[in-house]
Amino acid sequence: MEDKVALLVNNISVVYHDVIQVLKGVSLEVKKGEIVSLLGSNGAGKTTTLRAISGLLKPENGRVTEGSITFDGKQIHNEPPEVITRLGIIQVLEGRVPFKYLTVEENLRVGTATRWGKPYKEDLELVYHYFPRLKELRNRLAGYLSGGELQMLVIGRALMAHPKLLLLDEPSLGLAPFLVKEIFDIVKKINEEQGTTIVLVEQNANMALNIATYGYVMENGKIVMEGKAKDLKENPDVKEFYLGTTAKGTIKSYKDVKAYKRRKRWL
Amino acid sequence: MDFFLQLLIQGLSIGCLYAIAALGFVMIFKSSSILNFAHGELLAIGAYIFLVISVWLNLPIYLAFIVTFVGSFFLGFVIERLFLRPMIGEALIEVIMLTVGLAAMFKGLLLFIFSGNTYVYPNFLPAGLTIKIGNITVSSVYTATFLATIIFLIVFGLFFKYSSQGIYMRSVADSQTAALSLGVNVRRVFALSWAIASLVCAMSGIVLGILNGINVHDLSKMGLKVFPVVILGGLESILGAIIGGLIIGVIETLVSGYFSTSLRDVVAYVILVIILMIKPYGLFGLVEIERV
Repeated sequence: MEDKVALLVNNISVVYHDVIQVLKGVSLEVKKGEIVSLLGSNGAGKTTTLRAISGLLKPENGRVTEGSITFDGKQIHNEPPEVITRLGIIQVLEGRVPFKYLTVEENLRVGTATRWGKPYKEDLELVYHYFPRLKELRNRLAGYLSGGELQMLVIGRALMAHPKLLLLDEPSLGLAPFLVKEIFDIVKKINEEQGTTIVLVEQNANMALNIATYGYVMENGKIVMEGKAKDLKENPDVKEFYLGTTAKGTIKSYKDVKAYKRRKRWL
Repeated sequence: MDFFLQLLIQGLSIGCLYAIAALGFVMIFKSSSILNFAHGELLAIGAYIFLVISVWLNLPIYLAFIVTFVGSFFLGFVIERLFLRPMIGEALIEVIMLTVGLAAMFKGLLLFIFSGNTYVYPNFLPAGLTIKIGNITVSSVYTATFLATIIFLIVFGLFFKYSSQGIYMRSVADSQTAALSLGVNVRRVFALSWAIASLVCAMSGIVLGILNGINVHDLSKMGLKVFPVVILGGLESILGAIIGGLIIGVIETLVSGYFSTSLRDVVAYVILVIILMIKPYGLFGLVEIERV
């Protein structure tokens, strides 16, 4: 059971508007119950990969042109989001996108859209258990929440759907370091207690590799490196380009700025 | 004074009528940003369905209500399926032009079937609805309009506030991408908003038919009358539609009572122009929540 593959992305290419190619043969494998993080700089194609999985490429006029995505043995690439969400794949969008004119509790209720009969009372309690702050704010309009509260809200909203696979797109974006830590701890807790498989897209490589078991590094629409999270953390290239330390592990200094830029091993 | 009160009450009840007519319009705009120019025709269709069932088929009134509401609800669904769904992803202006086309088609069909004659409903309102307070008499039509509006507003208010489908509809209006990411069936929400809008239209069509008789031209003119109402209230606001409707109704009635009935139709558009100049988003228009 532990080693069963939940999500298999097999060599996919994604094209927007029929001409702009963003992904060029990306392959990922996510085992049931684990946290996999997807690292990479801006424009590497991380968000597009998530969109390809969740079906949200369509509204952006994008398409998987080659390769396949399978979830629990079913082919899901190019299916509409209504179908994919009902299989249990929920994406938490980058930049948090709440329903501004709905209250916190109504926001959470929208999360039950995929479920039969729309039960919500027990699930609300579950979300409030993970995010006690939301309970205090339940009747507040979501548009007036702070960044950290919004991040809790959108993760909570996704939890309401009882996801089997949760796709988190940059949950740390624009948050204070202690809040990032709090959010990541909760994500870890959700993964352990609910058994939710999680794909985590992050710029904050350090945090992401701390809670993930496996990691992929993307660049220019390709996977350039993969490995166990703890191995990646020790990798000199990852250290240099994503963790902000030198290859030896010491903090980077401006003194060394004139030293030659380390050549990426994978290029 | 009595004359003023009489006019005020009459104006309020006409305002209620405008309010529910505008409600359907706002619903479609809110969920899909489409201005529905076929609104007046939907209203007319509702009024004619009721006419056919209550007068021509001579069935009991309650049955006529049920059939009209169910019928127009499904009509809304069918319109969305046949005409609007293929347009998803097209430019908004094309979709709006499509509703202009729908308006012409429906009007033509109605004229073809019923011609331009004016029909009347049998008087089915119970006499008990006529209320006398002092020197003022409120005729049963006005009381009925009032009651019907209040019931409609309460039912829809509860629907949007508490039911799951109502919350989904509001979520789609708020952010379509986020709604999609949570698996809300956005196409179903569009279909539902057309269906509900069409049902609300039928309701106002029937009331208008009771007030003024049923005539294709008069009824479809209501489709334009909702513009001053929704612009005054704010295009996105259901509360705005109600208050805008009441204000326009009262002003119209007062003007036609004190000045001349021919000014009646003009005054609404005068208000429209003034509002567009001083408060273009309307009284209750969307105030964007901005957090930095």
